[in-house]
Amino acid sequence: MEDDAPVIYGLEFQARALTAQTAETDAIRFLVGTQSLKFDNQIHIIDFDDENNIINKSVLLHQVGEIWHMSASPADKSVLTTCYNTTSDSRVATSAAVWRMPKEFESGTHESPDDSSNNPQALELLCHLDNAAQGNMACVLWEPMGDGKRLVSLADNHVALWDLEASSTKATVSSSATLEGKGQLKFTSGKWSPHHNCTQLATANDTAIRGWDLRSMSQNFCQQRGLSANPSQPRRAAQDPSRCLWGEKKNSTRLLFFPRVWSVRYNHSHDQLVLTGSSDSRVILSNMVSISSEPFGHLADEDDLSDGEDNHQEEKSKEPLQDSIIATYEEHEDSVYAVEWSCADPWLFASLSYDGRLVINRVPRALKYRILL
Amino acid sequence: MDADLSVSAASAAPESEVARKRRVHGMLKQYYGINDEGKVAAVAAVAATAEEEEEEEPESRDPCDINGPHFDPELYLNKLRKECSLTELMDQESLMVKQIRSLDSDMQTLVYENYNKFISATDTIRKMKNDFKKMEDEMDCLSANMAAITEFSARISGTLQDQHAQITKLSGVHTLLRKLQFLFELPARLNKCLELQAYAQAVSSHRRARSVLQQYSHMPSFRGIQDDCHAIMEQLAQRLRQKFRDGGSSAKDLSECVELLLQLDEPAEELCDKFLSHAQSRLEADLQGLEAELREAGPASGPTALLDPSGKPSAAPVAGSPADSVSPMTNPFLSPTSRMDILEFIDRGCNEFVSNLCLVIASYQELFINRPQEGDLASKNIPQMASGKLHSFVDSLATRYFSLVERRIQEEKGVGDNSLLVRALDRFHRRLQAISKLLPGSAVPSQGTEIVVQAARERIRQYLSALQSFYLDSLTDVRQALAAPRLSVGGSAVPASGTLLGSSSGGKDAAPSLPELLSSLSASILNQIKSVLASVHLFTAKDITFSNKPYFKGEFCSQGVREGLVVSFIKFVCQSSRHFCESAGDRGGSTPPALLLLLSRLCLDYETSTISYILTLTDEQFLVQHHVPVTPVTALCSEAREAAQKLLNHYVKVQGLIISQMLRKSVETRDWVNTIEPRNVRAVMKRVVEDTTSIDVQVGLLYEEGVRKAHSSDSSKRTFSVYSSSRQQARYAPSYTPSAPMDTNLLSNIHKLFSERIDIFSPVEFNKVSVLTGIIKISLKTFLECVRLRTFGRYGLQQIQVDCHYLQMYLWRFVSDENLVHFLLDEIVGSAAHRCLDPAPMEQSVIEVICERG
Repeated sequence: MEDDAPVIYGLEFQARALTAQTAETDAIRFLVGTQSLKFDNQIHIIDFDDENNIINKSVLLHQVGEIWHMSASPADKSVLTTCYNTTSDSRVATSAAVWRMPKEFESGTHESPDDSSNNPQALELLCHLDNAAQGNMACVLWEPMGDGKRLVSLADNHVALWDLEASSTKATVSSSATLEGKGQLKFTSGKWSPHHNCTQLATANDTAIRGWDLRSMSQNFCQQRGLSANPSQPRRAAQDPSRCLWGEKKNSTRLLFFPRVWSVRYNHSHDQLVLTGSSDSRVILSNMVSISSEPFGHLADEDDLSDGEDNHQEEKSKEPLQDSIIATYEEHEDSVYAVEWSCADPWLFASLSYDGRLVINRVPRALKYRILL
Repeated sequence: MDADLSVSAASAAPESEVARKRRVHGMLKQYYGINDEGKVAAVAAVAATAEEEEEEEPESRDPCDINGPHFDPELYLNKLRKECSLTELMDQESLMVKQIRSLDSDMQTLVYENYNKFISATDTIRKMKNDFKKMEDEMDCLSANMAAITEFSARISGTLQDQHAQITKLSGVHTLLRKLQFLFELPARLNKCLELQAYAQAVSSHRRARSVLQQYSHMPSFRGIQDDCHAIMEQLAQRLRQKFRDGGSSAKDLSECVELLLQLDEPAEELCDKFLSHAQSRLEADLQGLEAELREAGPASGPTALLDPSGKPSAAPVAGSPADSVSPMTNPFLSPTSRMDILEFIDRGCNEFVSNLCLVIASYQELFINRPQEGDLASKNIPQMASGKLHSFVDSLATRYFSLVERRIQEEKGVGDNSLLVRALDRFHRRLQAISKLLPGSAVPSQGTEIVVQAARERIRQYLSALQSFYLDSLTDVRQALAAPRLSVGGSAVPASGTLLGSSSGGKDAAPSLPELLSSLSASILNQIKSVLASVHLFTAKDITFSNKPYFKGEFCSQGVREGLVVSFIKFVCQSSRHFCESAGDRGGSTPPALLLLLSRLCLDYETSTISYILTLTDEQFLVQHHVPVTPVTALCSEAREAAQKLLNHYVKVQGLIISQMLRKSVETRDWVNTIEPRNVRAVMKRVVEDTTSIDVQVGLLYEEGVRKAHSSDSSKRTFSVYSSSRQQARYAPSYTPSAPMDTNLLSNIHKLFSERIDIFSPVEFNKVSVLTGIIKISLKTFLECVRLRTFGRYGLQQIQVDCHYLQMYLWRFVSDENLVHFLLDEIVGSAAHRCLDPAPMEQSVIEVICERG
């Protein structure tokens, strides 16, 4: 079982959207959304059997259009949102909807995966997040750790906070805000901070990161890319966008060239582990000791044993000790657009490249023990 | 002959006669040393036992031996007669006669001679007898005279006896009287001395009288004198103290005073204290003068600078001082905060304070330490006490002096003329040596050396920061020069930037090319380093006294100059270069890419030659002996190379980003679904090609061409679109059959297996082709990613095709491996086709026509 070989799963379509099933904490399950202009798009539910290194898949049809973004409800396993493209009359528009998976899929105990591939079932539409006025939907975010009732959508330059009704069949905009500035500003991604009672939201547009206070729907901080200073500690712990860009900078200096980093994810339990997927078709697992919220005493740098002793005395607020790349995974052959940690197993992650290849990898065993012990 | 004689005599004389004769004869014989006692005795015994003796000694008893003692003429005759013939007898007889005759004549001569001798001996004796008689008379006469003399002498001494005693007594009285007179006159004399201020005489007089007065103080008259003397001496001491206290008296007077006071049994310790405090007050005045100079310097700088903008405020005030000759050298720009330059200051300090201090020390030592000790003074252990006081005195004053000097040195911020400072320090150090000679155990010289060392260290620091700021200034100049061509396109001349240290004149010239800028930059930096080294070298010049101190021989050279100055500077250059890469994120636009390129080349040059040159120069100039490990050249070189690499990477990144940004905007802002049929290559692509070309030119100015993979001569005409469209077909043909979804991946993977795998992100090398390759790779990759985010209509795809073909036509020549461009453009068109709602590729010939037209 030494550092198991990566498990590779191929989809027939190109794909960008990947999410872990947030509400599921027992099974390792990822959702992948495909992108195809010409065929019915699918959502693949990937179940990973940790013991046997086997993948079980189920396919759901997503007929409304190609999926650009996907996120799973933190409360209900079967509920998810997608952002999808629709083309009509040579117009392309992106909209979002809340879906429910058929019952047999949600638990992952679907009996006959073979059948399902032949006879894929469709998702049940719960409601549209109707935002025609706001423009193209970039992403939809669930309130983390919430009861699955609140959503935030980012569309062009609008932020909207939605309230779902109990049945999730109706969504209403409770508040919204607009990003103002020179030129055409568009949100590219965002993340909801789990701290401060879930009132903070971070968004990214182009090279700027913005923080929003959801109570007043006002912007409360902004920084341009390249500032290496991070926002304050609690906020930072979950703000992926800020880290995304920050990580981009880090990596670009490290890799000599400018590999466009598309996705950055922090490990939920050990936030010094940073996963990046970039267009040089590599997935890089880094040990960002400098931004860890854990005391240094508990982690020693894998790649730099000589510093191991010193770490014990260091506090997290000190200078970054050794930010190092732990591993580079090169199983992909096209740009990697999404990486995601598993919700169930903090040492496991999936990455998705444009050509539809999903790769499941583990943190190297040695490092895992080092962090744990 | 004698024997013959005696024999013949003996034979003739009777027995008794013979015996008597024999005795006489024996005595004579004894006298003449003929030892035949035994024979004589034997002869005496012969009378009794003649027969026996004859038997015992036959040869000498032979009576026929004519010369023998027992010769018997009868026997001999008989024998002759019997044995010899007549003739023989005749002959015998005549021979004998002849012999007898000669014997007779001999005897006669002998007798005669003896007789003469007897006569003369007798005469002599007679004469002697006469002389003795005469002498005896004279001796008598002499003894008589002697007796007379003795008598006279006794008589004279007898008469002179009492007179002599009287004279002795008189002379004793005389001296006593003189002493008494001296004593009685003493008060008056002392008073007179006091009036005449002949203190020394007074004191010596008093000293002579003191013991006597002490001894006879029980007598009232003497007591009076003593009291008088005491009073006077008290007065005198008072006066001396007064004089001592007065500041005006010179050091010589002072020392005289002290000597006198000491002789007057003043307590030495008090005197020491007084002496020192007096000296201190004067030295303090010196120090205050210096301090005033320092204080003046601060506030004075403002007004003088205002009053005299032409910039010659310093030289005037102290004319005639030795420093005056050099003061015009001081550049007011370099030390604007002081009116008096440091050499002058130190000179003043040396001339006033240090020399006075030396004087004080010398006179003090003469007075209290080195003077011959009289009994009572020696017992008080004065030298130890005095030297202890002196040390603490000197130390405290020197500390103040040093603090002043340090303050002054710290004010010396300007780095222009180092010689002045070095000379000042040298003088400072040299003058302190005098103190060390005077006061061997003192810590002062070593403290002074410490100050010098400190100043040298400070100097090195200043030089380092000056070098650094020079470097940054140079960079600013270069930046301006780089910006200038763009600004002055309209023909406006760029105002000449007032470069402080006169580095580059680049600003004025129309448009200095990159290589010119590079060479002028590196040359000016090198010159600056050299001049700084030369300045610093002054510290170790042979004629500087402190240059042979261990610090200046070893640590100064290796740690100070080499590590602290040269190595630090090189490191700073690398560091600041790296800083350009890192800080570019927040102020990305502020660093012009050309500057990055230039710095990269600079660092590379440093790596290849300059560093080793500079270090060799340093080592040679300073004869550095490395006691502690120093930074090796290779480490610096690798650092420089790293910096060069980083800069070049950053350059590639920045340029790549600029082009990427253009491409990205062009893709993102267009509605690709509802676009019209392509008629032209989009202007953005032309711009990209133009920019790439200009980057190519720019890089080509500084970097070599580099190797590119051999490509076929008809590269430009390569039918890219055919290739791409065929691949396109292969790529999404299977997609039409949803039953075999895995085939897409399989096919594309197989395709990738066969097509050469291209490493998109390979490191940049130091040549033009590699740099350009990097930039183009970044740009095209961005293009690809942007295309993948969009959805295309039919004409959108065709536009991308046209654009890619255009890029293909022009970009291949810049890169090391044209396949890379093919591959990436192919991917772009492929992705666009994939994202196309209605994929209908354009005819290759039409594409070519459009591209050639536009």
